Amino acid sequence: MQTHQYDVVIVGAGGAGMRAALESSKEARTAVISKLYPTRSHTGAAQGGMAAALANVEDDNWEWHTFDTVKGGDYLVDQDAAEILAKEAIESVLDLERMGLPFNRTSEGKIDQRRFGGHTRDHGQAAVRRACYAADRTGHMILQTLYQNCVKQDVEFFNEFYVLDLITDHDLTTEEIAAGEEVNATGVVAYDLATGELHVFQAKSIIFATGGAGKIFKTTSNAHTLTGDGMALAYRRGLPLEDMEFFQFHPTGLAGLGILLSEAARGEGGILRNSEGERFMERYAPTIKDLAPRDIVARSMANEVREGRGAGPNKDYVLLDLTHLEPAHIDAKLPDITEFARTYLGIEPYTEPVPVYPTAHYAMGGVPTNVKGEVLRDGVNVVKGLYAAGEVACVSVHGSNRLGTNSLLDINVFGKRSGRAAAEYAKTASFHELPEDPTVRVIAQLDEMRNRPEGERVADIRKALQDTMDLNAQVFRTGDSLNEALTDIRALQKRYRNASVQDKGKLFNTDLLEAIELGFLLDIAEVTVVAAINRKESRGGHYREDYPDRDDAHYMLHTMAYRRPPEASDQAEGHIEGYFDHVEEFDGYKVVLGSKPVIQTRYEPMERKY
Amino acid sequence: MTATLEAAAPTPATGEIPSFTVTLRVRRFNPEVSEEATWQDFTVEAHGTDRVLDALHKIKWDMDGSLTFRRSCAHGVCGSDAVRINGRNRLACKTLLKDVNPDKPITVEPIKGLPVIKDLVVDMEPFFASYREIMPFLITTGNEPSKERYQSPEDRARFDDTTKCILCAACTSSCPVFWTDGQYFGPAAIVNAHRFIFDSRDEGGSQRLEILNDKEGVWRCRTTFNCTEACPRGIEVTKAIQEVKRAMITRAF
Repeated sequence: MQTHQYDVVIVGAGGAGMRAALESSKEARTAVISKLYPTRSHTGAAQGGMAAALANVEDDNWEWHTFDTVKGGDYLVDQDAAEILAKEAIESVLDLERMGLPFNRTSEGKIDQRRFGGHTRDHGQAAVRRACYAADRTGHMILQTLYQNCVKQDVEFFNEFYVLDLITDHDLTTEEIAAGEEVNATGVVAYDLATGELHVFQAKSIIFATGGAGKIFKTTSNAHTLTGDGMALAYRRGLPLEDMEFFQFHPTGLAGLGILLSEAARGEGGILRNSEGERFMERYAPTIKDLAPRDIVARSMANEVREGRGAGPNKDYVLLDLTHLEPAHIDAKLPDITEFARTYLGIEPYTEPVPVYPTAHYAMGGVPTNVKGEVLRDGVNVVKGLYAAGEVACVSVHGSNRLGTNSLLDINVFGKRSGRAAAEYAKTASFHELPEDPTVRVIAQLDEMRNRPEGERVADIRKALQDTMDLNAQVFRTGDSLNEALTDIRALQKRYRNASVQDKGKLFNTDLLEAIELGFLLDIAEVTVVAAINRKESRGGHYREDYPDRDDAHYMLHTMAYRRPPEASDQAEGHIEGYFDHVEEFDGYKVVLGSKPVIQTRYEPMERKY
Repeated sequence: MTATLEAAAPTPATGEIPSFTVTLRVRRFNPEVSEEATWQDFTVEAHGTDRVLDALHKIKWDMDGSLTFRRSCAHGVCGSDAVRINGRNRLACKTLLKDVNPDKPITVEPIKGLPVIKDLVVDMEPFFASYREIMPFLITTGNEPSKERYQSPEDRARFDDTTKCILCAACTSSCPVFWTDGQYFGPAAIVNAHRFIFDSRDEGGSQRLEILNDKEGVWRCRTTFNCTEACPRGIEVTKAIQEVKRAMITRAF
């Protein structure tokens, strides 16, 4: 075992983590711990753009952007946070340009902008050009640029280190914390993949920037490595997870594969058609049609397929039609995604429409934070020295449905904010003592998994999880389907306790780490489904066929889910009888739901029409 | 319009090409077990659209969990899974089995020129060290502008090709000069230098050219085009290297 001491430890080296590192490493001794080489992070797969009301190509302002974000999130957005997001968007884009990001340019040499779903002029009048972009590899350019600047600034990385535990000075799973008492994050335990050795990092500030958890689903745009590690670690340590029932299904995944085809395809003029060749989005969103927010487009597509108007031999997808666009335009603006269609489906997008179907894409929920990035341990109180940013976090700027281009924005705005806040805090804070045996839980967990002689294959359990999530907790959900998923997850949690790995070695044991990651996935699926069962309304990405309407009177609240020991109270903060009172018993623990108010500043909830 | 579309609409490839059996001949190495690397054959069922990565996953998940390789995004943008497939550097996630003659055993081995850690995993550190050496970041002088720096679309296009690099090392580890001389910067580092040397906003060109003028720099390139053929992003790597060489001759520093 090795121990390290840093002022700031950042977990994850995607966009949020590296943006935070660029801030904190200027002010405080900082280490970035990442399970991947930084340039492998999934920020690099983001394609279409980053929203900011620069007004470089047409009239725009941050207030319109705020409104679109709030409405896009079906009013579950915390509006103070959305204002910050939209205001600071402008500086965030300029920051990246000054760091060297090669944005596409207008003929005057300014950063070019294009249309994207849900982004409108003057509160919904028409689509607006707000997405700053670099062809269809904006995320790639952001990730590269941030890494380049980390090289320039000599940021210290621990690559291929898996953080497997978060250490706090109080046990939040069992302890009652007296009013006014501080809870501090004190360190993390990481596993060095190359050697199998454990490293303890003691830190004044810890920033979680571990990304999403798309691998709970089978059909997903997410990388194999997006297994919800940070969310699950927080949850296991007694911290709440917020709004986990809201998962975004991106409309245009390559059919059968889930590989992402950017919304920019529609921003540049692409059209969705059903088997009859009809531009069906005209029926669902008459004003902005194919550029409606993702939840609406995904549902519309799934509905076309359900009603028998799907294309293909099994009528199980719709078509993304780019054939009316000039090949030169496609090459200039959408080179990568058209290449995906050619490589993986053998389709030539110049002349043939591309088969597409919704793919699990983004967790709107996550570890609750305030606008400084500080992690909440209930509705109000923070864990001192603990921050989260990016997809792992829930600020909440995305509410129940994120707008396209707002996540590349989120990682930059809140990555920067959390990096600054963490460094600032580290200046005055002191190190808190670590427990005598900080690695005890991790060692037990690893040994148990490694030493179990014979057992179930990790891949079988993971596949069963992904199958049930796709079948029962996807675009359309019902109480019955969700309970089906919950029954399956319960059984899979049991089977997981009997899982074993074949690789018993120390060196680069990815077999072992996949098994650990499956544990994270099961926990995230569990909390996602429990929260979805409880929310008996339809809002944004969460659509309940048995409750098809939005119910502001009872559900205009964030879900807060806590994992507690069996003997703990059945009520969590924000308990509301009949609505946020759900308790789900599991083997050895239970999930208790509470709620948190939604912050409204300027905008009263309205019916969401496009 | 609708009628034409209907007629043009193809029946998709997904699930239509029948499954087939394929043998992967994988280079195995685990220093915890033996200092010797060996070949091992695995036969798996594959679907028509399966990639080499899918076959590797089938082996790992259903047959031998100890098979070790890196992967993440699985669609050719993260750069984790560059391997040698039938003797050519490719991304496992971007290579369809049906395109690499599945009638014969498909060989899969680690990329060359970097120390092998285990099975298909190599130590990438020397590769990233070369990358860091060429100062892969925008260098400017004077005050930061309060807004964005302007750049014409033509100036932006000048270095577009080399911005695509995902640092997978397929190019560098296909280069015979790199195989014999691990000190050579290698194509990927030069590509990333090119990305800045030809960026109109950058003012560090002469420093980078000076670094690459070193004896382990661009002059070691013997224009074998292996790198260009290997690049999964379609970057014209050899051309970029040639442009850097030319800049070295024409630009005074």
